[in-house]
Amino acid sequence: MLGFIIKRLLWMVPSLFAVSFLAFVLIQLPPGDYVTTYIATLAASNEIVDRTAAAELRARFGLDQPFIVQYLKWISGIVLRGDFGLSFEWQQPVSELIWERMALTLVVTSSTLLMTWAIAFPIGVFTAVRQYSIGDYFFTFLGFLGLAIPSFLLALVLMYVAVVLFGADVGGLFSPEYQTAPWSWGKVLNLIEHLWVPVLILATNGTASLIRIMRANMLDELHRPYVTTARAKGLSEFRLLLKYPVRVAINPFISTIGWLLPNLISGALIVAVVLSLPIAGPLLLQSLMSQDMYLAGAFVLLMCTLTLVGTLLSDILLALVDPRIRFD
Amino acid sequence: MTAAALPPSAPTPAVSRFASASQWQLVWWSFRKHKLAMLGAIVTLMIYIVAAIPDFFATTDPSQQNARAVYHPPQGLHLFVTEADGRTSFRPHVKQMQLRRDPVTLAPIYQVDPTRTIDLRFFAEGYPYHLFGLIPTRIHLIGSTDPRQQIFFLGSDRLGRDVWSRILKGCQISMSIGLVGVAMSLLIGILLGSISGYYGGRIDFVIQRVIEFILALPTIPIWLALAAALPQNWPALLHYFMITLILSLIGWAQLARVVRGRFLSLRTEDFVTAARLDGASEMRIIFRHMLPSFMSHIVASVTLAIPAMILAETALSFLGLGLQPPVISWGVLLREAQNIRSIVTAPWLFAPGAAVVVAVLALNFLGDGLRDAADPYNK
Repeated sequence: MLGFIIKRLLWMVPSLFAVSFLAFVLIQLPPGDYVTTYIATLAASNEIVDRTAAAELRARFGLDQPFIVQYLKWISGIVLRGDFGLSFEWQQPVSELIWERMALTLVVTSSTLLMTWAIAFPIGVFTAVRQYSIGDYFFTFLGFLGLAIPSFLLALVLMYVAVVLFGADVGGLFSPEYQTAPWSWGKVLNLIEHLWVPVLILATNGTASLIRIMRANMLDELHRPYVTTARAKGLSEFRLLLKYPVRVAINPFISTIGWLLPNLISGALIVAVVLSLPIAGPLLLQSLMSQDMYLAGAFVLLMCTLTLVGTLLSDILLALVDPRIRFD
Repeated sequence: MTAAALPPSAPTPAVSRFASASQWQLVWWSFRKHKLAMLGAIVTLMIYIVAAIPDFFATTDPSQQNARAVYHPPQGLHLFVTEADGRTSFRPHVKQMQLRRDPVTLAPIYQVDPTRTIDLRFFAEGYPYHLFGLIPTRIHLIGSTDPRQQIFFLGSDRLGRDVWSRILKGCQISMSIGLVGVAMSLLIGILLGSISGYYGGRIDFVIQRVIEFILALPTIPIWLALAAALPQNWPALLHYFMITLILSLIGWAQLARVVRGRFLSLRTEDFVTAARLDGASEMRIIFRHMLPSFMSHIVASVTLAIPAMILAETALSFLGLGLQPPVISWGVLLREAQNIRSIVTAPWLFAPGAAVVVAVLALNFLGDGLRDAADPYNK
């Protein structure tokens, strides 16, 4: 087991390296660099920066150096000092802007994951046990619909319904009085009150596919001889289900974190824009629009790292639950 | 196989039909039994017909603005009228609506004018366009008898543009981006997947790690970052291709995985070994013997990949970093519905969203049916 975990942890090193490299390439992609943009903003307010000053700025930020050197400077700043560079739009270090938003992103995605499981698990088992019942067809249909409706559309429709029927705004994660307030118990409770709308919206898509996976897994197991044996022993149907087929069918369920998490992060981005949630998505979009690339790069890097860590956790969890993977 | 097991003297007609059928025939017979998949196939076909000739079904030039019909509500299509003498006769029409202004807010208020209708005619003359982009014509499926009267089946947007015609036009871009994007993904996917599955070993190991890595990344942030790097002043067509390329840069991983899986399982099949012993070249083995036997699986995976592409394009354009107006796609149209004020005034701006849902549902049903039917020998 320890060997498996160590091997899996070692795999993280090249992956994280690749992700950081990718993020830096994305930072470098737009034409021009930080200083060009900076000069453009200054020029917009009628300040003229002469050529020597521009060159000095470039030297200060190390922009006159080759790509690889710049990358090494950037990544070593992040790893050693937690320094993600400077956001030119906000005129602040990037690290001051991102952490609270990343933490809230984590809160939203992890509660969505829990919600997805909580909904998909019982429904998946139910639809398999009562295959071809009305309930099965109903949930299968709902599942297909959940897969076909983009999450942002669902968010828009929900917002529309809330405004038209209840006159309420379901956007945001906090009430106005808590928006800029420092963290307190009241703020946490307020967050929980607001959290269910985005969580429910984000959960639909994942739930739909998870129900289908759970149902298919259960159907594979339900007709195995060991189920018949357990039934012949006189085990109650409920205990039988939970004790044998569900335990086998749940394995692929855990491995779904691996692909569910990237989808969730993606989905959360758009839903957050629609519902104006103070999580990473809207700020990333804004930074991309204004080509504030260090800020954008930091978000891309952290979001990718988050999913990689999630995949790592799901792999380890899976190895814990399923001995076949451990001893492979 | 079935034929060999039968007694040679009396093959029943039904069995011999199955025994001599080609693989594609078996796939078709098995697919036909799947009701939802058939429905999906029919709807998909209809959507692609619309995508091929959107202007024929449109009633108004999709980019024509009309300041006198801002946020015009949808007009239902009525097929029959009750004449003065009580008889009902066939005369397609819509009810005309009159524009008034709210005296305080100056917001437009539309009221149905019961006395006046706009008569419609099939194959009516309307705005000029090119059928299939080639044949100049003015004929539309349906249009008002009086060309000066505009009709809005699905209402109009904030510039008075006809939502119905715009959705049809958007269908062309949205559906084609799915096809082109998947075609590009497929090209990369088949190439890398088949190399990976056929040769195995170290190449397989490297390609598999790359695929796992790509699948573990959140797609939207990376798509957005790539799309943001595109220069804004590029021509629309180039922009469109770059967006498709960006979408397929990540989309290929899933397809490559499917292809590799099939290659791995087929590599050890007897008929492949037989071909190899016969001295067939690698190319011949891959293209003549292996590819046909998993073609149906590829078709199914491709069908399931198209809706994902459509959703991706919609999301990207909705966020403003995908296709840019004046190009019309469903995502671009949904941008109009982005703020809560405009959708409260004009809920019909959700209609492009409904189009996305219908298209994605249809393609998903079709793909699911194809996947089940893909292996006709496995029954």
